[in-house]
Amino acid sequence: MEELFNFFITNKEFIYVIILSIFLGVEVISNVPAILHTPLMSGANAIHGVVIIGAIIVMGHASPDNILAIGLGFVAVVLGTLNVVGGFVVTNRMLEMFKKKKK
Amino acid sequence: MSNFILEISYLFGSISFILGLKMLSHPETARKGNLLAAAGMAIAILATIFFHKNEAGQPIGNLIWIFAAIGLGTVVGYMMAMKVKMTAMPQMVSLFNGMGGACAAIISIVEYTSHPSHEVGFLIIAFLGLMIGSVSFSGSMVAYGKLDGKINDWRSNALRMFNNVLLLGILALIAVGIWSPDMIGEPIIWILLVVSLIYGVLFVMPIGGADMPVVISLLNSFTGVAAALGGFLYSNAVMLTGGILVGSAGTILTVLMCQAMNRPLWSVIFGSFGGGDAAAGGEDGEQVVKTISVTDAAILCAYAKRVAIVPGYGLAVAQAQHTCHDFERMLGEKGVEVTYAIHPVAGRMPGHMNVLLAEADVPYPKLLEMEEVNPQMPSTDVVIVVGANDVVNPAAENDPSSPIYGMPIIQVDKARNVIVMKRSMGKGYAGIANSLFFKDKTRMLFGDAKDTLGKLVSELKQM
Repeated sequence: MEELFNFFITNKEFIYVIILSIFLGVEVISNVPAILHTPLMSGANAIHGVVIIGAIIVMGHASPDNILAIGLGFVAVVLGTLNVVGGFVVTNRMLEMFKKKKK
Repeated sequence: MSNFILEISYLFGSISFILGLKMLSHPETARKGNLLAAAGMAIAILATIFFHKNEAGQPIGNLIWIFAAIGLGTVVGYMMAMKVKMTAMPQMVSLFNGMGGACAAIISIVEYTSHPSHEVGFLIIAFLGLMIGSVSFSGSMVAYGKLDGKINDWRSNALRMFNNVLLLGILALIAVGIWSPDMIGEPIIWILLVVSLIYGVLFVMPIGGADMPVVISLLNSFTGVAAALGGFLYSNAVMLTGGILVGSAGTILTVLMCQAMNRPLWSVIFGSFGGGDAAAGGEDGEQVVKTISVTDAAILCAYAKRVAIVPGYGLAVAQAQHTCHDFERMLGEKGVEVTYAIHPVAGRMPGHMNVLLAEADVPYPKLLEMEEVNPQMPSTDVVIVVGANDVVNPAAENDPSSPIYGMPIIQVDKARNVIVMKRSMGKGYAGIANSLFFKDKTRMLFGDAKDTLGKLVSELKQM
């Protein structure tokens, strides 16, 4: 239990960030029109591709003889990139079609 | 100095995600919002590669491999995203979501195996990250397979029960791993991986098609949380804010979708949707449907004053959005007032129909939402239901025993005539019988939606 308390104390800034981000996420999304649900989901999907940064860190600090870390890290970076690039491109394609109509 | 650049880049990245999401929720700014978030992401990634240092002060190594991986991912991701048809969009989102989940799970595995630390905080984050990431990955893959028609539903209440037990088991396993790490030792990470993957598969397996968008949105927010846990692991601000933002925004989006269907979230996940089938479907044996010929249907529409088209997933699978637009234009030329009535959850994702029809160049003002269109129904001469089923099922309003009772529907049964285009008499994706088909004013027009609409267009041309 004490360890848990220490963990809380040492990471309290991050815990604040988490709580505030939760409220922010809720605020940002409410009042979105139904037509934009799909692009929004797709855009949010691309944003959580930020996990790729973790994959880069794993890979960048793995010692060259740690084959497990290098191999898994490589896969993780590829998958993360797919998430980011694919996500943003798909979202852009969807939104492109909405834009065309307005002319 | 380099640390300063890194942190400033992360700050910019976080702000761009927040503004990007905000802008994505308004039609005029949506596209810019997406590009802004993408730019923020690119800066955060590049800054990590060039300026990140670990606790020992070492910069990022293995650069060749990293660039190779990013290059490979970019090319493949770009090709996939450009090639996919608009109708297959939900699957694609689900697929990319799964990739992110897998990425988060791998990070947890590597961190756990290369830093044998037994601190409670570290263990909680690593285990949860692995579990959520794996569930999100395997669940998204099943969702992808189901939407793509590669995997069929497997509904059984026993399976749902088993799933709930399995989930408790996983949580118990995590608890054991945290409070007595030596009991199982290092293999726990692999056991956890396997059971989480299995849970992800079984979790999505029994969920019916009508609930698929909810599941994808939910898995999307799962991956967000998994990414945020990764951020905790590295004390990385941009991962934390980006992940949590998606986690909470995704959850709200999920709730909004559930509200559109008037069903609480827990019943989608833990409840049994297909359970009431037998009772609801029992009566359609003796009833007979009336069909209509293409010619008659064309005449009926051409001499109507007001026609409303209700598109559903059938339109999407048949790739009929362009033909449908042709049909609507032909009618328009004949002086008929044509609108589209879009149910919020028509298709496989909320807004899916709007995207499809936008692709076919249907003008914005013709797309009416359910609330606008329902009051007009009594003065509408003909309603054409193209491959939609559950969203026009009157049982949602008048049969309390129906599983979809309470879901708002497009009240097509109030219109003067209803033409239902369907491939067969099969039940909708939710597996519920539809009394609309047996009403006096309803006529069925069987066949592939694109085919039938094409025939209607050529009939109209001859008139």
